[in-house]
Amino acid sequence: MAERADVVFVDGVRTPFGKAGEKGMYWNTRADDLVVKAIVGLLERNPSAPKEQIDDVAIAATTQAGDQGLTIGRTAAILAGLPKSVPGFAIDRMCAGAMTSVAMLAGSIGYGQYRLAIGGGVEHMGHHPMGSGVDPNPRFVAERMVSEDALVMGATAERIHDRFPHLTKERADRYALGSQRKTAAAYEAGKIQQDLVPVAIRTAEGWGLATRDEVMRPETTMEGLAGLKTPFRPHGRVTAGNASGLNDGATAALLASADAAKEFGLNVKMKLVSYAFAGVDPEIMGIGPVPATEKALRLAGLKMDDIGLIEVNEAFAVQVLSLLDHYGIDDDDPRVNPWGGAIAVGHPLASSGVRLMNQLASQFAERPDVRYGITTMCVGLGQGGTMIWENPNYSRKAAKKA
Amino acid sequence: MMTDYTKIDFSELETLSDDEVVTHSYVRDIPISEGRTLALITLDNGRDHTRPNTLGPKSLLEYAATLDGLRERAAAGEIHAVAVTGKPFILAAGADLSKVAEIPSREIALRMGQLGHHALGKLSEVGVPSFAFINGLALGGGLEIALNADYRTVDASTPAVALPEVFLGLIPGWGGAYLLPNLIGIENALKVVIENPLKQNRTLKAGDVLELGIADALFPSVNYLEDSIRWADGVVSGRVKVKRPNEPGKVERLVKWDAAIGIARKMLQSRIGSVPKSPYAALDLLKAAKSGTKAEGFEREDEVLADLIAGDQLQASVYAFNLVQKRAKKPAGAPDKALAKPVTKVGVLGAGYMASQFALLFVRRLQVPVVITDLDQARVDKGVAYITGEIDTLRDKGRISPDEANRLKALVHGTTDKSEFADCDWVIEAVFEELEIKQQVFAEVEQFISPEAVLATNTSSLSVEQIGAKLQHPERVVGFHFFTPVAVMPLIEVVKTSSTDDATLSTAMVTAAKLKKNAVITADTPGFVVNRLLAVLLGEAMRAVDEGTPFETVDEAMAPLGLPMAPSHLLDLVGLKVGAHVLDTHHAAFPDRFYRSENLHRLADYGKLLEKDDKGKVKGFDKGAMKIVSGGTNPSSPDEILTRLQDGLARETKLMLDDGVVSAAEDIDLCMILGAGFPFQMGGLTPYLDRVGASERVFGDTFHHPPIRGVDA
Ligand SMILES: NC(=O)c1ccc[n+]([C@@H]2O[C@H](COP(=O)([O-])OP(=O)(O)OC[C@H]3O[C@@H](n4cnc5c(N)ncnc54)[C@H](O)[C@@H]3O)[C@@H](O)[C@H]2O)c1
Repeated sequence: MAERADVVFVDGVRTPFGKAGEKGMYWNTRADDLVVKAIVGLLERNPSAPKEQIDDVAIAATTQAGDQGLTIGRTAAILAGLPKSVPGFAIDRMCAGAMTSVAMLAGSIGYGQYRLAIGGGVEHMGHHPMGSGVDPNPRFVAERMVSEDALVMGATAERIHDRFPHLTKERADRYALGSQRKTAAAYEAGKIQQDLVPVAIRTAEGWGLATRDEVMRPETTMEGLAGLKTPFRPHGRVTAGNASGLNDGATAALLASADAAKEFGLNVKMKLVSYAFAGVDPEIMGIGPVPATEKALRLAGLKMDDIGLIEVNEAFAVQVLSLLDHYGIDDDDPRVNPWGGAIAVGHPLASSGVRLMNQLASQFAERPDVRYGITTMCVGLGQGGTMIWENPNYSRKAAKKA
Repeated sequence: MMTDYTKIDFSELETLSDDEVVTHSYVRDIPISEGRTLALITLDNGRDHTRPNTLGPKSLLEYAATLDGLRERAAAGEIHAVAVTGKPFILAAGADLSKVAEIPSREIALRMGQLGHHALGKLSEVGVPSFAFINGLALGGGLEIALNADYRTVDASTPAVALPEVFLGLIPGWGGAYLLPNLIGIENALKVVIENPLKQNRTLKAGDVLELGIADALFPSVNYLEDSIRWADGVVSGRVKVKRPNEPGKVERLVKWDAAIGIARKMLQSRIGSVPKSPYAALDLLKAAKSGTKAEGFEREDEVLADLIAGDQLQASVYAFNLVQKRAKKPAGAPDKALAKPVTKVGVLGAGYMASQFALLFVRRLQVPVVITDLDQARVDKGVAYITGEIDTLRDKGRISPDEANRLKALVHGTTDKSEFADCDWVIEAVFEELEIKQQVFAEVEQFISPEAVLATNTSSLSVEQIGAKLQHPERVVGFHFFTPVAVMPLIEVVKTSSTDDATLSTAMVTAAKLKKNAVITADTPGFVVNRLLAVLLGEAMRAVDEGTPFETVDEAMAPLGLPMAPSHLLDLVGLKVGAHVLDTHHAAFPDRFYRSENLHRLADYGKLLEKDDKGKVKGFDKGAMKIVSGGTNPSSPDEILTRLQDGLARETKLMLDDGVVSAAEDIDLCMILGAGFPFQMGGLTPYLDRVGASERVFGDTFHHPPIRGVDA
């Protein structure tokens, strides 16, 4: 009989994130190749993980067609050179795709069915522009199930500003500026690079190598942000500067049961405490992290005060602010996204969840004073997802000193 | 004084290559560890993988200028390593052969070699460590680009790496002949430069490239470029130490080198004779590579390359290469492929030597049911046992999976009941070579099959028309003449009679292609092409022998053609009986021109011509056989014999063309190359006949206008 198990996050990597579109560095690179490189890089870093004992490969993609189609978890496993005996599947929860793949694999590990698994996600928004090929059921509008804004993410972000007038454009811009600066500093200190796998890219000038995120703007200023257009509403608040852009990229993480990690000598970066997903009105999807976090905290028996680090996906600055506001956390609280976030590095939809985990895991290593951290994100069509993690490096002594 | 390549004016070469598909040299800087930069050159001609990168004069000059720029940047401390790789799946396929054949003079040929050395050599002179990432196909000059680097990696899925120059009448003349033996040792280099090209142009796989020591590291495709860059980074920063166990040391140079060359020379002489020039030129260059400087090595290569490019053999080789690569794939006179009828079940009449061989081929390639019959169950069983045994062997060797073996064996069925042929849409016979028997088996099977089913005959000497004469539907009869061994010989002569309809002919051509054979359409004339010309050769040989010329002298007299074997060995291979029969049938058809030999019949009865050791190696002529043929009193000189042979071949070839046996001289050559192994350096046959003056002597003209010959001839 299989036994219930503790679930651990062994390691995670990602490709550098590119700018979507013809001018982006991955225009000539296939989406499946991106996630395959992430998986190969992950396994190379963890050579003691026996490939033939990987129980499943779950890869998320929002668009599951073309170079993201054909059951991408399975094709990526084969292309990455995993034994053909290792199965794989595709999974989708839009922006929380990779987070969902990790959560669902964790469920299987926790229930004792799996011992080792790879989760991750990929989104090539250049090859698969948002909304391409979708065919929404007319009932959504006819029966007023959701407003028309629900499918335009920027418009849903404007709605958060409507609901919480004190979350002003100025606050959103300032938050975005902070994200750029924190990411620039983290890059300077070599913190982001440690979890990047380089990707060979084909360009009109020959082969190159992607080693950094492509869209960062360390030169950002408040004045610059103030002058940007508000594409979702005339005189609106959401701009390209206080939102994440359109990106290409992939992530992969290695999960294990605690005893499998021990058996194979795998380093443990994080221990899973709880996870939860929750729904909200689709037209204001950005507040999804609030109920998801509430639920995850409840399941963990923890309070927000117990959380020392928060990695929140920055789909929109205002959506981050709504979460922080709910818990009375300052906009510039140092626990929040210490190395910046999606506003600076980008948000290739289904891949981003594991990026949050990578960064939280790396921060855990530096912060033995922190016991718990969360990764959380909002999801299109009105959802949020949160995973709570425990730091295996935690020490009371360090915590006391801090 | 060594050649100073920088002082040479290459502009004339450039003007000759107006329409060159230029392979560009793109550069991108790649950050590596410790703040260093690797400049990565990508060779890319902007076309897809069906048009590989090739290296014409413009491409080489651009590459040279790129390396000059990088050398300056290296000197300025901007870059710390240089690497070169190719577009997806391809590094480069070497010089553009079509251009090589157009070179107008030895002087320009010399420039071409020098330009290659000038450009490719720069990679070793950039002033920082240089790398080649062999990401795919690397042939000839493509591989020489890599050999000029300090270090090399190879992609595990690289399909072919080779120095095929000797196969084409050239030598690896852009550094390969000097650099390779000094990198991987003389024995390995002999294998790559000489042995492989002569083994039907065999190429190396990635594993071989690593094992031989051509590459220092191999990485899987999935992350090849990333891994190669990381490895290069390791080399530059000293973390990776490169070992080269095959690099020749003192002892190898002192002891092994010349011995290996000597052995190779003997092997060459026994296998290909001394006519083809390029293998020996390559051998001499490899020998000389033992000592001296790289500059000297490069200069030697320049001179030899110029001689070969300007010579007859290269021109003939390029002509032959184009026939095999291009004309063979678009057979002259083939009707529209759309007319071909589907072949969903194959019937084989006869289960003897030929039938069993091609039944195996049909089932392997078409993967449809094959039903086979013979006179009695025992013969049927024997044929089927042969086929299933061969399938098992393929499985045991890992060439096909057990599932595939089961599938193929289940498709083969032996029977003595011809009604089981009813649903065959392709029936082919290889029963005894007798007209009545063939007519009768076809008539018998016609009762059962549909009126549209094709009836093919493997006859080698009978009239296909007559074989079909008594049928209700003679328009579906076609000749389909295999050569033995069927698995190896690439040619099928597809014989069209005056009644063969287009659908039948098209089916035959499409089927031949599915069998992965090259088909040439011939008219229904005795011996078709290959046997008729071989009959001239054997006939002239036997005529001289019968008149009193020693067999050795006859063999010697015909040696200047450079054929794969002497007439005596050819007779031994096809069998004395078959040989006598071939001469008889041609003599019967054309009594004035073809010789028949009573002595050959006697030899056939005696059963032996050559004396062989236990391993089957030929020791010499059998004494008893020599006694049988010793009666003649009017021996000929080797020159006389050679001239008679050349003239006989020219006469017969001309007659065949005049009679429309095939569409053009090119098809005769294609047949002789693919069906009789006539060498590239002869261009098959007709370029040789033109250049030795036989065409002129026999019919006052040449087959080709202008004749295919060297530029300074
Ligand atoms: N041997 C060669 O190198 C070669 C090359 C090309 C073409 N061919 C041609 O192939 C044909 C067969 O040659 P082979 O060398 O295979 O001879 P073979 O003697 O090995 O095979 C002939 C087979 O036909 C069978 N047979 C005879 N009459 C039959 C009938 N009425 N019905 C069914 N089966 C019958 C015989 O029993 C025998 O098994 C000949 O036409 C020959 O000219 C031979």
